[in-house]
Amino acid sequence: MYFVVQLLNGLQLGAIYALIALGYTMVYGVIKLINFAHGDLMMMAAYFALIAMAKGAHPLLALAISIIMTTVLGVLIERIAYKPLRKSSRLSALITAIGVSLLLQNVAMLIWGSGAKTYPNLQASLPSFNIGHNTISSLSIITVVLAVLVMIGLYFFVEKSKVGTAMRAVSEDMEAAELMGINVNHTISATFAIGSALAALAAFLLCAAYPQVTPYIGAMPGIKAFIAAVIGGIGIVPGAMVGGFILGIIEALTKGFIPSQYSALSDAVVFAILIVVLLIKPSGIFGKVQGEKV
Amino acid sequence: MLLDVKNIAIHYGAIQAVKDMSFTVEDGEIVTLIGANGAGKSSALHAISGMLRPSAGDILFQNESILKEPAYKIVQKGISQVPEGRRIFANLTVLENLKMGAYINKNKSQVRQDIERTFERFPRLEERKDYRAGTLSGGEQQMLAIARALMAHPKLLLLDEPSMGLSPILVQEIFRIIRDINEDGVSILLVEQNAQLALAIANRAYVLETGKILYEGEAKSLLLDDRIKQAYLGG
Ligand SMILES: Nc1ncnc2c1ncn2[C@@H]1O[C@H](COP(=O)(O)OP(=O)(O)OP(=O)(O)O)[C@@H](O)[C@H]1O
Ligand SMILES: [Mg+2]
Repeated sequence: MYFVVQLLNGLQLGAIYALIALGYTMVYGVIKLINFAHGDLMMMAAYFALIAMAKGAHPLLALAISIIMTTVLGVLIERIAYKPLRKSSRLSALITAIGVSLLLQNVAMLIWGSGAKTYPNLQASLPSFNIGHNTISSLSIITVVLAVLVMIGLYFFVEKSKVGTAMRAVSEDMEAAELMGINVNHTISATFAIGSALAALAAFLLCAAYPQVTPYIGAMPGIKAFIAAVIGGIGIVPGAMVGGFILGIIEALTKGFIPSQYSALSDAVVFAILIVVLLIKPSGIFGKVQGEKV
Repeated sequence: MLLDVKNIAIHYGAIQAVKDMSFTVEDGEIVTLIGANGAGKSSALHAISGMLRPSAGDILFQNESILKEPAYKIVQKGISQVPEGRRIFANLTVLENLKMGAYINKNKSQVRQDIERTFERFPRLEERKDYRAGTLSGGEQQMLAIARALMAHPKLLLLDEPSMGLSPILVQEIFRIIRDINEDGVSILLVEQNAQLALAIANRAYVLETGKILYEGEAKSLLLDDRIKQAYLGG
C-alpha cells in the first residue's frame, strides 16, 4: 500500500514537472532556446496567486488572475529580452535567459522578501480517501488528470490547429515561414503565452501540495522539468509529459524508500537517469532523428 | 506599374551586395534577373519581400512604398516568393505546407477550394498530400514550393532559381508551369542562372553583375546580343 501511495505522490509531482516541462519544450521547439527563466516565471506565478488569495480572491479566481499575469509577464520577457537576440548566437540567448532567471529571483526578493510565505491550505478543503493506514488527497488525482488533459489538448493544438502548424513551420524555417505571410512575432508570442500559462497552473498545483513560497521555489522544479523535457525528447509535447512522470515517480520512490538522511540522493538519481538516457538516446525517449534537410 | 524598385542599395555589415539597382515589373509581365553567383539577385528579392531593409532607395508596389512593411504584410499586399533552394517545410505534410502558404487567407472554404485547384494542377502532390514534404523528390518539392506560394493569391510571384538542381526534363516542366501561371494573370519576377531558358520565357530582362545592372532590355534582343551570348549563354 505504501508503494501505491508513493507512486501516486510521484505521479502528482510528475504531473507538475510535466506542466513546467511543456513550457520548456514548446519554447525550445519553436525558437531553440532553453528558457532558463521558465522555473522562475513559475515562482512569480505562485506569488501572483498568493497575493490574489491574500486580497480575498477565491482560489480559482486567484488561479485565473495568476495565469493572466504570468502570461503577460512571459510574453513581455520574450519581447524585451529574447527577441532582440533572435538572430544572434544561441549562447547569447541562453546567457540572457540565465540573467532573466536571476533577475526574476531578485525582483521577487525585493518585493516579497526572501522569507517563506505560507500558502493557504487548499488541500484541506478537498476530500481525501483512506487506503489502509494511508490518506490520499483528491488533489493528487486532480493534478494528474488536469496535466494529462492539458497535454492532450496541447498535442492536438500543435498538430491540428492553424497556429500550431505555424509554430511547427516557424520551428523548422523561420525565414520561409515569414515568406509565407506567417507573423513570426505573433507565433512566438503565442508559444511563450502557452508556456507561461501552463507554468502558472503548475505553480498553483505545486503550492497547493507544498504550501510554501520563496523566491527560490522555481529553481529546482525548473531544472527537473528541463531534465524531464530532455529525457522525453525536447521539442516534443508527449515527451515532456512522459519525462515529467518518469522523473516524478523516480523522485517519490527514492525519497520514499531511502532513509530520510539520504533523501538528497533522490536528486542524484534524477541526474544519473538523465545521463543514462542521453548516453543511450541523445535525442530523448520520443526524440526523432533530425528531419533530413534537403 | 506593378513593381518599381528604385535605386536600392543593400549591405550585409560592411559588404555591399547591391549598389544603386533599379528595375520594374509591369502588370502581366515576366521579367527576369540573370547574373552569376553573388551578383545580388537573391538579395534583391529578399528586399522586395521585406526580409531585409535596403540602406538606400525605395520599393513601390502598385505605386505604394512597401519599404517599411514587415514581410507578412507584403504577402498580404500580393507579393509571394518561392525562395532559393525551395525551403519547403520538410517535417510538415504536403497538405500542411499548402495550408501554410494560405496562412493569410482566413476564409477556410476558399482555402479548401484553392487546395483542390492546386491538386488539379499538380496531381502528384495530391497523391502525396499526407506524406512529409521532406520525402518528396526534388522536382516534386519545387512544384510544392511553387504551389505553396500560389496559395496566397499573389499578384506578383518572385521565383529564385526554380531550375536549380533539376534534370533538363523537369526544368522544362517547371518553365511550362511558370508560363501557365503567368497566363492566369500573375506577373512574374524570375531570378535565374540558366539565362538561355529565362530569356526564352521572359518579356524583359536585366543582367546583373556584382550588385549592379549591366544590361537591360527586351529578352528577345538580349538573346541575340553578342556581349550577353559570350558572357551568359556559353558563346
Ligand atoms: N547573409 C549574408 N551575409 C553576408 N553576406 C551575404 C549574405 N547574403 C549574401 N551575401 C553576399 O552578398 C552578395 C550577393 O549575394 P546574393 O545571395 O544576393 O547573390 P545571388 O546573385 O543570389 O547569388 P547566387 O546565384 O549564388 O544565388 C554575395 O557577395 C554574398 O556573399
Ligand atoms: Mg541567389
